[in-house]
Amino acid sequence: MMDTLIRPTMTLWQREIIRFYRQRSRIVGALATPILFWLLLGSGFAGTFHSGSESGGVGYAEYFYPGTMIMVVLFTAIFSTISVIEDRKEGFLQAVLVAPVARSTVVLGKILGGTTLALGQALLLLAAAPFLGLRLGVGDLVLIVAILFVVAFALTTLGFLIAWKMESTQGFHAIMNLVLIPMWLLSGAFFPASGASGWLRAVMFVNPLTYGVAALRRSLYAGTVSVGPDVPTLAISIFVTCGFAVLTFLAARSLASRPLDIGLA
Amino acid sequence: MTVASVPSGEADDILVVDGLRHSYGETLAIQDLSFRMQRGEIFGLLGPNGGGKTTLFRILSTLLAPTAGRASIGGHDVVREPQEVRRQIGVVFQAPSLDVKLTVRENMVHQGHLYGLHGAALDARIDEMLGRVAMRERADARVETLSGGMRRRVDLAKGLLHRPALVLLDEPTTGLDPGARLDLWSYVSDARKRDGLSVLITTHLMEDAERCDRLLIVERGRIVALGTPDALRESVGGDVIVARTRDPEALAVAVRERFGEDASVVDGALRVRRARGPEFVPQLFDAFPGQIEAVSVGKPTLEDVFIQYTGHRLWDGEA
Repeated sequence: MMDTLIRPTMTLWQREIIRFYRQRSRIVGALATPILFWLLLGSGFAGTFHSGSESGGVGYAEYFYPGTMIMVVLFTAIFSTISVIEDRKEGFLQAVLVAPVARSTVVLGKILGGTTLALGQALLLLAAAPFLGLRLGVGDLVLIVAILFVVAFALTTLGFLIAWKMESTQGFHAIMNLVLIPMWLLSGAFFPASGASGWLRAVMFVNPLTYGVAALRRSLYAGTVSVGPDVPTLAISIFVTCGFAVLTFLAARSLASRPLDIGLA
Repeated sequence: MTVASVPSGEADDILVVDGLRHSYGETLAIQDLSFRMQRGEIFGLLGPNGGGKTTLFRILSTLLAPTAGRASIGGHDVVREPQEVRRQIGVVFQAPSLDVKLTVRENMVHQGHLYGLHGAALDARIDEMLGRVAMRERADARVETLSGGMRRRVDLAKGLLHRPALVLLDEPTTGLDPGARLDLWSYVSDARKRDGLSVLITTHLMEDAERCDRLLIVERGRIVALGTPDALRESVGGDVIVARTRDPEALAVAVRERFGEDASVVDGALRVRRARGPEFVPQLFDAFPGQIEAVSVGKPTLEDVFIQYTGHRLWDGEA
């Protein structure tokens, strides 16, 4: 167990962390971009955003705050799974695949690495909470960290699923712009579902990330401000988010267990 | 493990390939390959690009399941018992499989952890293996700062870290200068002497092929020759006459018509293989006065063996 599962997983996890800290531009890119978005959009929309019942009576900076955190998680998760493609190109992945470890170890090591990084970056942003006037108790914090962990895990796994068969990082960027960014835009992170048109609301309803954002929003603003109508309840949000994480992981494990024919010539 | 003490020839075979076949869709990459490799043997796999070498290498390294047939390493089937096989083999890929952002030692530690090694025993093993390839002083250097030859040495040390019974080397000397190539071979022979390591190597270089105990030549997925370098050279027999001329194609046709010899053009030169080569040279000059610029006569080399069996040069410079 220790030799065949835990230590191999830990070693692959550790490698992700070391690599991240040795590529400082990644830290800056994954954290600075969303913060910049938050500051620019937060103040830019401050005037036009109707802080009425739709947003639960909060200003746009407050409304956009959980969305920004999810964006940090998404960016870090995506960039950490791009390394799946690099690993294959550089040959590192082949060496791992011929080692006597289960494929779920290979998958888990990679994903937990990305999850940890995404969670770490999001926690840096969480440190801004007091400046928004948020008073979070220990219980709130535990819940917020747990939710961020599950969202980070699910998004990293989603990135892994996309990257696994991808031959180039350019292809990955295309998918990112086509799927992942819209997924984030239509998750309630950027604007509330209540103000959207019918079909957009339907998309937001089936978007699993909607529930991650809702869970985070509800746990951040629990008891302080109302989060507005059309935001799923905390229980439903947590349930859907956990389900999303489990399903993506099972898919990733099954995908990685199949022979990998691309790029191993 | 009592396998080593069993005296029967079967048990001494580290690798058994039996009726192996693989197709990618319609394309048959290898067909009905069967051969055995003894423990402690250095076994060379030669073949033109696209001849099936890579497919065989991937099947043996458990990355690809064959369409039909069996292959077993150390008595374990590569398809049914991949984890057992993985413990038995060390794989050194054509492109070094090192993480360039990590140091040499970090790479080795991760490798050890993947193979169930850890703690002080792993540290000692890492020091020993890096010492063997003369990379101990650079243990704390990031791999991205190392030369190609150094990376290759670290990659070899990494592949041998868990003391595999069989190491699979895919074109390990590609891109190395002659000195580095010589070094790599001395590390490989050293590991064979000390640990009884068996070595399966794919190569397109004559110098590498010469160092193998036995060579297997595959072309279009089939075995075309198998034997020791000496036996293969003898099987070709005769002498090889190479003549430089302005129009080798025309001369080849003329030689075929005039002498009925098997003349071909390889590398822009006329090539004739026949018995009693030295006697043929004056005949050649008499028959085609003024056309031949230079001529040499020699015993067949492994290059000739390869040309004889496959119709290709071993290395045509492309790809």
